[in-house]
Amino acid sequence: MISFRSLKPYFCAHKDSGTGLFKHLFDYRRMWKLAVGFSVMFALVPVLCAGIFDFMVTKTSMEGELFQRTARVVSNTRRSVTFFMAKHRSALKFIVRSNSFEDLSKSLQLYRYLEDLQVTFQEGFTDLGVINGAGIQVAYAGPFKLEGMDYSGQQWFKEVLLHGVYVSDVFLGYRQVPHLVIAVRHKLQDGSVYVLHATVNTVRLNSVLTDLQLTKHGSVFIINRNGILQTESRYYGKVMERMTLPVPKYSTKTQVKEVTSDDGKQLIVGYAYIENTPFILLVVKPKDDLMGPWYSTRTTLLAFLSISIMAVIIVIFSVITHLINKIHMADDKRLAAMHKLEYENKMASIGRLAAGVAHEINNPLSIINEKAGLIQDMFLLKGMYAKDEKLLSLVDWILKAVERCGTITMRLLSFARHIDVSIEQVNMKELLDEVLGLFNKESEYRGITINMDVESDVPVIESDRGKLQQIFLNLVNNAFAAIKQDGILDIRVEGQNPTFISIIVADNGCGIPQENLDRIFEPFYSTKKKEGGTGLGLSITSSLVHKLGGTLEVDSKIGKGTTFYIKLPLKSKNKKMEKL
Amino acid sequence: MKVLLVDDEEQMVSTLAERLSLRGFEVSWAITGLDALAKVEIDTFNVAVLDMKMPLMSGLELKNKLQAKCPAMKFIFLTGHGSKADFKSAALDIGKEYYLIKPLNIDVLVQKLREVIAI
Repeated sequence: MISFRSLKPYFCAHKDSGTGLFKHLFDYRRMWKLAVGFSVMFALVPVLCAGIFDFMVTKTSMEGELFQRTARVVSNTRRSVTFFMAKHRSALKFIVRSNSFEDLSKSLQLYRYLEDLQVTFQEGFTDLGVINGAGIQVAYAGPFKLEGMDYSGQQWFKEVLLHGVYVSDVFLGYRQVPHLVIAVRHKLQDGSVYVLHATVNTVRLNSVLTDLQLTKHGSVFIINRNGILQTESRYYGKVMERMTLPVPKYSTKTQVKEVTSDDGKQLIVGYAYIENTPFILLVVKPKDDLMGPWYSTRTTLLAFLSISIMAVIIVIFSVITHLINKIHMADDKRLAAMHKLEYENKMASIGRLAAGVAHEINNPLSIINEKAGLIQDMFLLKGMYAKDEKLLSLVDWILKAVERCGTITMRLLSFARHIDVSIEQVNMKELLDEVLGLFNKESEYRGITINMDVESDVPVIESDRGKLQQIFLNLVNNAFAAIKQDGILDIRVEGQNPTFISIIVADNGCGIPQENLDRIFEPFYSTKKKEGGTGLGLSITSSLVHKLGGTLEVDSKIGKGTTFYIKLPLKSKNKKMEKL
Repeated sequence: MKVLLVDDEEQMVSTLAERLSLRGFEVSWAITGLDALAKVEIDTFNVAVLDMKMPLMSGLELKNKLQAKCPAMKFIFLTGHGSKADFKSAALDIGKEYYLIKPLNIDVLVQKLREVIAI
């Protein structure tokens, strides 16, 4: 499983400790944040804008279509209801026009018409009655005995006389069946009027409405102007009950509105006032039902948008992190090269200085050597003061000191000379002796024991003496820094392999923690920055070993010490560098 | 056996000459190339011990000039500049490695002189 730490960009650990030319070119974390921020913004803002715009347009168009569809349903249903009323009204008008008042006043004739109407309108008509101008029912055909009833004081009778036509609210009759009354006025030639009224069963009207195939939770029904249900409604009450929704405002045209129900549902309500009746036709549809397809489209759209945004963000993150990592690595390499150059320049300067000093010292040293030598010669060869042991031993000491000085100047010159790459035959034992010679005094002062074990059959290798000196100087320096008082430094050289020799440099110092061990060869990685460490020693050592075609490995345990394993090829592959 | 010592350090070359004399060599010394060439004009030497680095004329230049005058003369070089490798690279055309590093060990010089003469 990939942990978050492994995804962390390389440059996150970036710390700029250098100054001036030795500083990284950019603040990589800030650069990364800006690059990611701007890229994400410029990539996503247009996508989001387009997405939101498309979302709104589609939603508006869906809602528009929904309103239009509802309006169409309302209009068509209104036509059906109007037609239903007109059909019944026309039947009554036909009867009054085609018969005389006298004929209709005969109950037998009226019963015949009722029978015809019932056959024609499939049981729609329940009764028929004729009322004279004074409001007295002169004839009646139906299930009740209503002949002679006086309707003169009834409001509906007054209305029919006034308007010529009257349609009543729905009422539950004797058998609890919803009915309505339709009445028409007819003027006789003598100016008198009479009224033909019929009770109509609204079951047929109900079936007109229920025949409409609406959505699952949709409902079509009729209310009167007081909000009392005139037809059955699936969700908003039974006949004669008060509808839970508010009564819509009067309008001559079909209207569609969005209404919030008592339980908080969004409803699309289409309505139309039916002309010449007290009825209002309502089509009510829950918005969520109708918007279902839109919601599924919306979910798909949002999912697609989210996936796209995620993909864009992942790509931007990966690409920018990768690029900045590369730039950071290039910057690191540039800095390492600059440090290396500085280091080499420093070495060259030290080398030149050492060479100058050594040469200048060599001359007076030679004079001392010869003068002391002559004194010795005079004692030994000429026999002067030959018995003065004290003087002889003094001269001996002078000559020994001169020899020691000579060895030191020779070493200095040897280091100074190997600044450039040059391949030559190197005896590893001689080389290590030379390097360790520089640490003789320090090891004596600090009581450090140096054990050198060189196998007898170690061959001479083809390599760069100067670079090897630097490598072992660095390693021994590091070991001396890690070793406490009275520590041990073991150096072992093995030469059994036909292609390479192994050199093992082991100290019993403080050791390196595991978390630092992976990074010790990285340039600028130092745990001793406060003490002036540059973090370049082991990095340069490692690069020198690789340059010579070898390998450098490390093993360390806290408190036990550190061991470096160096393998160097017997033959140099770098023939071009050879000078000799 | 006649030996010519040439080194710009007079104190060193004069003392060395005296020490070699004590060991039975016939020694002349000079502190410049020109001085050495003048000595060769009036005397014959078997071996010349030359310092590599001298003002006006280096040891190698002097060697070429001396060799032109006395083809039989053998040469030993002295250097204050460290190791064999360095010396070798500068004196490739000598043919054989007759070199010594300053400060000198008189016994080594004597041994080398004998070796040179023996060839």
